[in-house]
Amino acid sequence: MFNAGFADPVHDAQQAFRAILDALARPGTTHALASAQEKIGTISADLSSVMLTVTDHDTPIWLSPNLLNDITRQAIGFHAGAPITSDPAQAMFAFIEGALPSLDQFNLGTQDYPDRSTTLVVALPALEGGSELILRGPGIEDHWHISPQGLPDDFVTQWSANRDLFPRGVDMLLVSGGKVMGLPRTVRIGEAH
Amino acid sequence: MNGVASYNFAYLDEQTKRMIRRAILKAVAIPGYQVPFSSREMPMPYGWGTGGVQVTASIIGQNDVLKVIDQGADDTTNAVSIRAFFAKVANVATTTHTADATIIQTRHRIPERKLEAGQILVYQVPIPEPLRFLEPRETETRKMHALEEYGLMHVKLYEDIARHGRIATTYAYPVKVEGRYVMDPSPTPKFDNPKMHRSQALQLFGAGREHRIYAVPPFTDVVSLDFEDHPFEIQHFEAPCALCGAEGVYLDEVILDDRGGHMFVCSDTDHCEERRQAGHVGDQGMREAAE
Repeated sequence: MFNAGFADPVHDAQQAFRAILDALARPGTTHALASAQEKIGTISADLSSVMLTVTDHDTPIWLSPNLLNDITRQAIGFHAGAPITSDPAQAMFAFIEGALPSLDQFNLGTQDYPDRSTTLVVALPALEGGSELILRGPGIEDHWHISPQGLPDDFVTQWSANRDLFPRGVDMLLVSGGKVMGLPRTVRIGEAH
Repeated sequence: MNGVASYNFAYLDEQTKRMIRRAILKAVAIPGYQVPFSSREMPMPYGWGTGGVQVTASIIGQNDVLKVIDQGADDTTNAVSIRAFFAKVANVATTTHTADATIIQTRHRIPERKLEAGQILVYQVPIPEPLRFLEPRETETRKMHALEEYGLMHVKLYEDIARHGRIATTYAYPVKVEGRYVMDPSPTPKFDNPKMHRSQALQLFGAGREHRIYAVPPFTDVVSLDFEDHPFEIQHFEAPCALCGAEGVYLDEVILDDRGGHMFVCSDTDHCEERRQAGHVGDQGMREAAE
């Protein structure tokens, strides 16, 4: 009843990890995730790819309600073994499709341990073609334009509040069409006018 | 099976790699902050780069080309054994040429050649906490980082000036990353500090014994601490490399005999070899060629 995870668990996970690493090290750039594989339960192949790469029994995960069903629960238990939490503030990773919940309900880390914050993995309709945003910060030589579709209207305001918490705050991975884009908490996002 | 049969690819098991990978991702998101991780026993003693090896093992893939340097040299014991280790357990290509490498693991030098986008520099770090010799308690140093309370570090540098007339720290010279965290650049000579500033390469730091991983993403500000009236300065050498004639590079002193004879040569062996191949000759290099 379970679909396959990665076709080649060791090397696909390594390839997907490097894509995620490059994405976070160079915010706004897109990187191809590991070769397409069957998805986990009913969640998208892109989210599945990231889930297989970074989660296991050590990482409580939160899923947006529309992703939660018995098939997915069982498949996650089988492939990743990650405990599913209903409290976003307990999650090390959050997997989201559809409406983006407000960022401040996730774990923002503490001043002593800012690394304990949630990483949000968000499936979007597309990573380009939306309204244009300008990124600045570490990993970007000067500035960088992105135009992901499907982020909420108040995203820039929410992100700005998240940025102000530094070194606390959430990090985001945007995925779509086999690609991943990273928005680490250090990045400053402005609207292009 | 090409000698990799006995171990998982790159030695570490997949769960360990995931744990280290998660630490690396958080380290990149919080430049200069030391992320705790569950360091594993490696088949080499602490002090031989177990932290760097674990970072490299977690990021390396089949298509990577690995270079390992020890004090700038590709041909010293530590560098040779770590290169052989990954050639065996990951079956990856290795090189001594900085330009050809995708991952460079280093013990205490940054190559002279400017690193490029897409390259990853992995540092072996003995003591990751820059405040450790000033404050031995982890609970306290953690609080100091949390509160951005770095006065003690400036007092230390000031005491240098009071005692020696200048900042006497020459290696592991503390830096501030992206205006927030004070970070130990590992015991690289301060000569290399400016190379970390807005480097195009991703820089990852692994401290195995101390269970810490930290990172500096590309194009990130890395500023050496100093005072207005005692600005940060790098070492300068009076003579160029004796073998290749390079100036503006970090030199090692090599003792030639028991009568005080010595010469200064490039610490970066690959850089020196490439220059000599290109026809550059230093003082002693010429003599060597003439003999």
